[in-house]
Amino acid sequence: MDKKIAFMKGNEALAEAALRAGMTGYFGYPITPQTEVIEYLCKEAPKYPKFTVLQAESEVSSINMVYGAAAAGGRIMTTTSSPGFSLMQEGISYIACADIPCVIANVQRGGPGLGTIQPSQGDYFQSVKGGGHGDYKLIVFAPNSVQEVVDYTYNAFDLANKWMCPILILSDGAIGQMMEKVILPEPIPARTAEEMRDEKPWATNGKGKRTKRNIITSLNIQSDAMERRNNELQEKYRRIEGEEVRYETYKADDAEILITAYGLSSRVCKKAVDIAREQGLKIGLVRPITLWPFPTKVIDEFASKPNVKFFMDVEMNVGQMIEDVKLVVNGRKPVYFYGRTGGILATAEEILEQIKAKM
Amino acid sequence: MKEGYTLVYKRPDTLLKTRMHYCPGCFHSILHKLIMEVVEEMGIQNDVIGVSPVGCSVFAYDYMDVDFQEAAHGRACAVATGIKRTLPNHPVFTYQGDGDLAAIGLAETMHACNRGEKFSIFFVNNAIYGMTGGQMAPTTLEGQITTTSPYGRDPKNVGYPMKMAEMVSQLPGVAYCERVCLNNPANVRKAKKSIRKCFEIQAQNLGTTFLEVVSNCPTNWRLSPIKTLDFVENNMLKYYPLGVKKDVTATEEK
Amino acid sequence: MAAKGLVEISVETCKGCGLCVHYCPMKCLAINEADTNSYGLHYAQSVEPDKCIGCANCAVMCPDGAITVYKQSN
Repeated sequence: MDKKIAFMKGNEALAEAALRAGMTGYFGYPITPQTEVIEYLCKEAPKYPKFTVLQAESEVSSINMVYGAAAAGGRIMTTTSSPGFSLMQEGISYIACADIPCVIANVQRGGPGLGTIQPSQGDYFQSVKGGGHGDYKLIVFAPNSVQEVVDYTYNAFDLANKWMCPILILSDGAIGQMMEKVILPEPIPARTAEEMRDEKPWATNGKGKRTKRNIITSLNIQSDAMERRNNELQEKYRRIEGEEVRYETYKADDAEILITAYGLSSRVCKKAVDIAREQGLKIGLVRPITLWPFPTKVIDEFASKPNVKFFMDVEMNVGQMIEDVKLVVNGRKPVYFYGRTGGILATAEEILEQIKAKM
Repeated sequence: MKEGYTLVYKRPDTLLKTRMHYCPGCFHSILHKLIMEVVEEMGIQNDVIGVSPVGCSVFAYDYMDVDFQEAAHGRACAVATGIKRTLPNHPVFTYQGDGDLAAIGLAETMHACNRGEKFSIFFVNNAIYGMTGGQMAPTTLEGQITTTSPYGRDPKNVGYPMKMAEMVSQLPGVAYCERVCLNNPANVRKAKKSIRKCFEIQAQNLGTTFLEVVSNCPTNWRLSPIKTLDFVENNMLKYYPLGVKKDVTATEEK
Repeated sequence: MAAKGLVEISVETCKGCGLCVHYCPMKCLAINEADTNSYGLHYAQSVEPDKCIGCANCAVMCPDGAITVYKQSN
């Protein structure tokens, strides 16, 4: 097996990418619209003798299985959709505090409540603002195509190991369900037990020849220890902000109006930019690929440009990322919002109409 | 070593020298000691991985000199599932109290046992929430006074005490299930044998091994350590009968 | 005639719960009510060491592993 071109559904491509990344364990619970991930993995599992897949009794349980398996040294993933992601928050907080690398994918659906199984971007807040209790961050990737789902998932395991933190792949029901052409990367051979021990000397995999036992805990009951842990985490987050910001700009250099959008919305916004350019309107797009760390610098630069008139933030929610855009723009330019919910994706024409109304 | 004497009993080296935070006379400490004695005698100190709960034994990892993970409240069986599935050749155990295992973590407990996860569960039943200061547990006895059942547990309102060993033993995934107690030297010695049996059956991959340990709580029962012995004998063991509830190795031998 | 035993109790480790005293068949042990260790706790001590048979019941029950037990070699 090596690189392979395929025509695949987003969720299945995500699962295949994780297997090719040398994933050793997956724990998940079925929830629409991401259930194909576990279905695919259960089907493929016999081909990977070192890989374990388990359908847990709940998302609460699956995230804690991830905690155990990842802390024991595995390359571990779980996937879910919005209500399941809400259930996982406590576990994610523990994992983040204990510095455990793992991969989580949230194929978002519409909320609040039981909501809808249709696509949404309503989990921006709980993805980038922490989500669970305490001060922690996840590195959040917002792919806008099946290919990007594959690429970010494939790289997420090593990135998680590099930063010792959970990586979140934040897609949505549309990207999960749609089929696109993808180039699947080369499979990484599964690690042997010895390689796993060498790669992760901190893992709780039995004391072995170590002189000291390993303990994985997120308990810091003494005030000074808890503050020290928080300071260490924040110091790590500052370094991540320095190194891991990713974004894309589209026809933005001379733009007078800038659309900010991520994930699925950004695809439609590209189309809106193209239509606008045909009409002679100088509209461009800034698309955060990492929602955290947020591409502050590039937005700041555009906000300082005299020719930029305003920003239009487009999301599939009632306005979440706009808060971060506004924080960066800091009153220098107006920041408008357009969003649809319930699984409805705004059309390019609709977005353009909204922009024109503000011109 | 004393001149002219042979050693009969000493604290196991696998139990760290750290002073345990448990109240005087608490059976938690006895169980810590027993598990570490077994780990030492079986020579599995360098392989075993423990999972501690949230509750009084949240700091179990400070005392047992083996690799350890601290789980979220109720999730020890999920964490242990993740560990064991990643490291199937390593002995794994959870150490959980009644709030952790039988209330907030009941789903994780039952499903892990039902899947026959190949780890050992050491379940301390002292019929009360110790760490939070004496609230009612799922295993609090009928009529027992706690801070959240100040007039005594009324089953008509808050349900009956849960017999976890009996419930768990019904699940086909369970290979061994026993209820033991630490209220006298004979029972402590017996409990140690049962702990060893759990690890041995685990090593044979026969299924989940579950040991309910009837325990005490001098502080929150508002009794002296010696008086808790009477309460255990006269109240706890009447409702929670000791004995092997399931042993697949026994039926195999027949 | 039972064998002669010997117990060593770590004063600092002992929390004075009294389980060893309660279960000593020969009544060799007692809590020292007159003194405390550095934690402010009374501690157990051997008051009639000659009676000790080295059965180790005290050490088996000791929650804190404070007791070491020896038996006289033949």
